[in-house]
Amino acid sequence: MITLTHYLILTGLLFAIGLVGVMRRTNLLMLFFSTEILLNAVNIGFVAVSKYYGDFTGQMFAFFIIAVAASEVAVGLGLLILWYKRNGSVDLNSLQMMKG
Amino acid sequence: MEKYLYTALFAPLVSSLFVALFASRPKMLFTGVIASILIAISMVSSFVLLIDVNTHGALHVNMMDWIVAGNLYIPFGFVVDEVSVIMMVTVTLVSTVVHIYSIGYMDHDKSFNRFFSYLSAFVFSMMILVMSDNFVGLFIGWEGVGLCSWLLIGFWYHKHSASWAANEAFIMNRIADLGMLMGLFLIYWNVGSLQYEEVFATLKDLDSVVVATIGIFLFIGAMGKSAQFPLHTWLADAMEGPTPVSALIHAATMVTAGVYLVIRCGELYSMIPDVGFAIASLGAFVALFAASMALVNNDLKRIIAYSTLSQLGYMFVAAGLGAYWIALFHLMTHAFFKSLLFLGAGNVMHAMHDELNIKKMGGLYGSMKATAILMSVASVALAGIYPLAGFFSKDKILEVAFNEGAYFLWFALFIGAGLTAFYSFRLVMLVFFGEKEYIKHGFHPHEAQPFVIYALLPLGLLAVIAGWFEHQFEGFTTRLLARYEIHISHGIEIVLIGATLCIAVGGIAFAIYKYQRGGFSKTWEEGFFYKLLSNQYYIPKVYELYIMRPFTMLSQFVWQKIDMKVVDFTVDSIARTIYKTGEKSRKMQSGNLSDMLRWMVVGMVVLLVLALFYRPMA
Repeated sequence: MITLTHYLILTGLLFAIGLVGVMRRTNLLMLFFSTEILLNAVNIGFVAVSKYYGDFTGQMFAFFIIAVAASEVAVGLGLLILWYKRNGSVDLNSLQMMKG
Repeated sequence: MEKYLYTALFAPLVSSLFVALFASRPKMLFTGVIASILIAISMVSSFVLLIDVNTHGALHVNMMDWIVAGNLYIPFGFVVDEVSVIMMVTVTLVSTVVHIYSIGYMDHDKSFNRFFSYLSAFVFSMMILVMSDNFVGLFIGWEGVGLCSWLLIGFWYHKHSASWAANEAFIMNRIADLGMLMGLFLIYWNVGSLQYEEVFATLKDLDSVVVATIGIFLFIGAMGKSAQFPLHTWLADAMEGPTPVSALIHAATMVTAGVYLVIRCGELYSMIPDVGFAIASLGAFVALFAASMALVNNDLKRIIAYSTLSQLGYMFVAAGLGAYWIALFHLMTHAFFKSLLFLGAGNVMHAMHDELNIKKMGGLYGSMKATAILMSVASVALAGIYPLAGFFSKDKILEVAFNEGAYFLWFALFIGAGLTAFYSFRLVMLVFFGEKEYIKHGFHPHEAQPFVIYALLPLGLLAVIAGWFEHQFEGFTTRLLARYEIHISHGIEIVLIGATLCIAVGGIAFAIYKYQRGGFSKTWEEGFFYKLLSNQYYIPKVYELYIMRPFTMLSQFVWQKIDMKVVDFTVDSIARTIYKTGEKSRKMQSGNLSDMLRWMVVGMVVLLVLALFYRPMA
């Protein structure tokens, strides 16, 4: 039997993977993937809790997040392609322009 | 009548603020003229109020609330009664003359406008002081005149001695004001109000020790302002200011504020006759002490300053012995002839190009007849010769001392009267008569402008006639102040008057006799007494050696050791820590997105931890 705990453990694991990705990866594309993993980890959590309580608000939220993430990725990828065309690289270290 | 009250009070303020607009500009004649006109308006209003108070009695207005907090209620209230209206008339009259005189005196000064702004501000403060119906208003005026006095003594601030004297006066007064503040706190603590009426009404229920303490503390304040021993040194040094300032502030008005305070608190002091007697004794001591210093001084203005000190002592004798109206009477007559004396001295100074040493003058009568006559009249009035103003008031004080059985005080004042006559005429003789010493020093004296002399005439007139109104004055002021009965028989009274007149005439005659023959021989100046007196009993030296030097050392220690090494060090190290933290954490802003994301995660973890452990207070 798959209980809420299992779902939440899955969420936690996915979120951790996403976090490690955000921290370790230097490729901008990979960074986008990591963010998507983070967002979807949260989505799973929302849906699981929503199902558990029989309240649809959580699932509604999940849809909102998917929609927002999709548009964000669309803009982000657009910028990424532009950057790639200019610099020939999407490495984060090449994006370093402001330094304190 | 309220209109006149507000006019009398606020015309000087308007004058000061208006003239202040031009303070940093070069000389503009109209500032002096407008200031003089506004002060004259204030004077006219004061006279109207004098007539009104005479017919309808005291006027009391509440302009607005000022401090209302808990049980503390202090309004901006003003009272024009028999005492304050006399002060108002005296202050505004002398101020008007001094303002007009200053137009001539400050003619060549580049800070002409600034001078009038300060002078009018002083008049305003003085009016607040005398018109307030509560102790706090009095204190505000008290501090206001102190501030203006500081500004005006240090008017020529580029002179080191002037700024030093200004600071000395301010600091001395500060010491005394602490006493006054303590008195006010005690009053509020015990009475719960600072309105004169309520305070005096509840005093009877208070413990006599408390009343005595209040009286002593208030008198400490009065000692500072009226330059009584041991806080007297500032007055002679205050002569660094322009002469009209010396005439107005350091002779006629501000220094009498202490006497005014004692008169105003007459109901308080009449409950504590022992303190009153102490005040009278101190007054008599100062009367003699200051007169003795005036005997040998060679500085024109300092002689008159010591004379002021001595006359303030006389006033305190009368006030301390409970003869409040007589103290007020002497205050008024003294204001007239002393300011006249100072303004005359100003003319002499101008003629002699700011030379102050009277040994270098002599024979100025030839070139400055009007000034010489006016100053001689003032000196005769000061010496107390019948029928001039000083005779009536000073003689009354001597009678009071005799009447109280304080023969020792009477004797001190009696000797003081002789000394006063002597030093006044020593000054007149050395300045206006005798050998023309100024020729040797290459001076070309000239009389002051005619309008300056005309401005002095009212004072000259008052110095002669003010004493004739003694009985009207007594009837008027004793409506508010305690009556004073003199029980000496008529015969003794005549003898006393005769004796005082004799010693005064004797002093004058001795001065004239001696200085017509070239004065005292040089051997006198080697004598112990001469040195003691000309060094002002070495009191300034003692102050410097035992108060100022140790204090300077203490200040230096506190500055270099405590302030620099403890306070500043702590503050600096806080700043250094913050600076270093910034320097170190600057590296966080590497511009690398990866680093930033990592920091973001760190922040998120910190917030999560906080969210887990933070429990808001239920």
